[in-house]
Amino acid sequence: MAKVKHHREPLFHIVKRDDMVWWQAWLVRIATIVISVFLMGLLSKMLTEKSLLETFEIMYRGVFGRIETGSTVMLWKYLQEIAILLCLALALTPAFKMKFWNCGAEGQALIGGFASMICMIELGKTLSYPVLLAVIAVTSMLAGALWGLIPAVFKALFNTNETLFTLMMNYIATQIIAYYVYLKGGGSNIIQPVAEGNLPTIGGNRYLVNILVVALLTVFVYVYLKYSKHGYEISVVGESQNTARYIGINVKKVIIRTMAISGALCGVAGMLLVAGTDHSINTNTVGGQGFTAIMVSWLGQFNPFIMVFMTGLICFLRLGAGKVADTCMLNSAFADIVVGIVILCVVGCEFLIRYSIKFRHGKKEVKA
Amino acid sequence: MKKVFKVLALVLALSMVVAFAACTGNTTNETTTAADNEETTAGEVVEVKVGFIFLHDEQSTYDKNFMDAAKAACETMGVEYAQKTQIPESNACYDAAVELIEVDGCNVIFADSFGHEAFLMQAAEQYPDVEFCHATGTQAHTSELKNFHNAFASIYEGRYLAGVAAGMKLNEMIEAGSITAEEAKMGYVGAFTFAEVISGYTSFYLGAKSVCPTVTMDVKFTGSWYDEQLEKEAAQALINGGCVLISQHADSMGAPTACETAGVPNVSYNGSTIAACPNTFIVSSRINWAPYFEYMIECVQTGKAIDTDWTGTIETGSVVLTEVNEAAAAEGTAAKIEEVKAKLLDGSIKVFDTATFTKGGETLTSYPADVDTDDKFTPDTEAIADGYFHESEYRSAPYFDIQIDGITLLDTNFG
Repeated sequence: MAKVKHHREPLFHIVKRDDMVWWQAWLVRIATIVISVFLMGLLSKMLTEKSLLETFEIMYRGVFGRIETGSTVMLWKYLQEIAILLCLALALTPAFKMKFWNCGAEGQALIGGFASMICMIELGKTLSYPVLLAVIAVTSMLAGALWGLIPAVFKALFNTNETLFTLMMNYIATQIIAYYVYLKGGGSNIIQPVAEGNLPTIGGNRYLVNILVVALLTVFVYVYLKYSKHGYEISVVGESQNTARYIGINVKKVIIRTMAISGALCGVAGMLLVAGTDHSINTNTVGGQGFTAIMVSWLGQFNPFIMVFMTGLICFLRLGAGKVADTCMLNSAFADIVVGIVILCVVGCEFLIRYSIKFRHGKKEVKA
Repeated sequence: MKKVFKVLALVLALSMVVAFAACTGNTTNETTTAADNEETTAGEVVEVKVGFIFLHDEQSTYDKNFMDAAKAACETMGVEYAQKTQIPESNACYDAAVELIEVDGCNVIFADSFGHEAFLMQAAEQYPDVEFCHATGTQAHTSELKNFHNAFASIYEGRYLAGVAAGMKLNEMIEAGSITAEEAKMGYVGAFTFAEVISGYTSFYLGAKSVCPTVTMDVKFTGSWYDEQLEKEAAQALINGGCVLISQHADSMGAPTACETAGVPNVSYNGSTIAACPNTFIVSSRINWAPYFEYMIECVQTGKAIDTDWTGTIETGSVVLTEVNEAAAAEGTAAKIEEVKAKLLDGSIKVFDTATFTKGGETLTSYPADVDTDDKFTPDTEAIADGYFHESEYRSAPYFDIQIDGITLLDTNFG
């Protein structure tokens, strides 16, 4: 047996490594990002007539604006972009940790925003402002939770495939919004921004409330997953449902409860988008961020604080590369390509941090 | 070996950080000097930098039409411009306007999509010193904002001329005996059942009717501005239903290619489709935005007020027709178009002349149109006077939404 194996040893094989210290791992990560940004610079160098430094300057401008002159509007916009994407990623994390593949953040957020929109239009003129805000918050979370609960109940009771189910729920949500916009938008197919039920602005800053809400959520999700009994149950169910059953955890209950929370947090994202940002809704309100959030949650290793860093990186690249595309009159797909390059590098780097590749020619392997 | 890699990574990282720092340091100096220069040169002629906000990018025929005009106009006027593409009809439009002003230093902002309007107005309120112009919008004339303006073009005149070309083609078919006068039925693929599209197909129909009195028309709606498959299917359905000539108001190549396949003549929109449809393309109308952009830039340069509602016409060069395709069009089409165009210019022909159409068998003498935007679409302005419907006069965006005799809507789609 051993001889046969020796004979057919592949060109290389992959070994899990455990010799890397945390700071070494982080150094590799930082180097990866720098290298990938460098690659991106080269790409834009090939496509445009700008020098590398000019390209980076444009990226910097696209994200931070003219911050040195005291103009902070772009910085706030950057933080707003981070807040929305992070909120969706945070929402997905409890479900992912339970190995429940919720691909429905898009639809859950859309339905949450839909609930906000209905409250703003139908109740905006009758309820007092604080009551209206409370109603908006509660209904948005309930609507998002409901959209998460439907696939969770089917999963718990009939073991349906949650990936497909949650994906399908996205399409249903989109079509509901399309029909609602048709009803409310009249001939123009557009719902004009509603003045009632907007989240408050603090000191004239239209994004600060969104950012604060998501900052609180970040801490909440971290504590919930790490220190609460629920969080413990989620990780046990995620590791092994049989173990969970053996130690007396009601797996069905945990699945349903966790998806309700996941959906409700998506509902919060929808509320921040509709009541906190657009004051209107259309089928593109979430704009595919519900899918980007899946990647963020994974890359953040389900740790809310690493996820803050990852959203910061992705939003930086998206805004910065978008600015390069607009300034150099490139196609807007440039931004997607850049984000793709960097994410690919990051995924590759994570792999190499956890595993090492051993090639055949090492004779030590044979002896062992 | 591993250590070497790590050191390499570290060095690389550090060098990049240094490069970043150096780069940002440099730019600070550059931008402050640029700003100083701007302030000192501010004299009689105001320096203009235009910021354009586009819904999609050059892959959409609708946006490409704006992008080409933006480039041409800014080159003609010798001014700089910046752009933001793929800006949805949401708060993102406000963000884009703020970025163009704060980061790129633009002092005129233009947005090209209907749904951008409300968000552009939010930015207009915040930056009273910057001029904001918006295509296809309806709210400038009722808003209090002095720096917010709407613009459109009397594209119904262009469609009327295209309709004349269609009518001549029908006449040719009748004379050749391939159809009888009663079989002269056209088909029209529309996006949505609202004023902009209704105004468009009605003017097209009236143009055809002016030369071919027996013409009728069927209309189908797709419910989308850009859906190649749906537009193709709608055109095919119309052809199957006995339509002998097709036109469309939607942005894809769906209808023109369906026509080319079926060998049915097509009157196009947004630009020539002759390359893909050499045997069936007759002529196309489109809006040229360059005259408006030049006007807008000149106003800011000289400190003149921009019109609250600006309507481009044939005269301003905003409404244009492509070359007539002699291979598909009836003989003498180009000359006839020139003749009718001259009459439109001197006012002897009005497109929506109430003597040329009826509704329910009766000639209209009064029609209240919904000109001022409100959420219940209340008709508020009398639009018929002096024997014709005054389209695009009380605001630039179309508001003709009368369903006249001779045109059959096979379906409706309000979006």
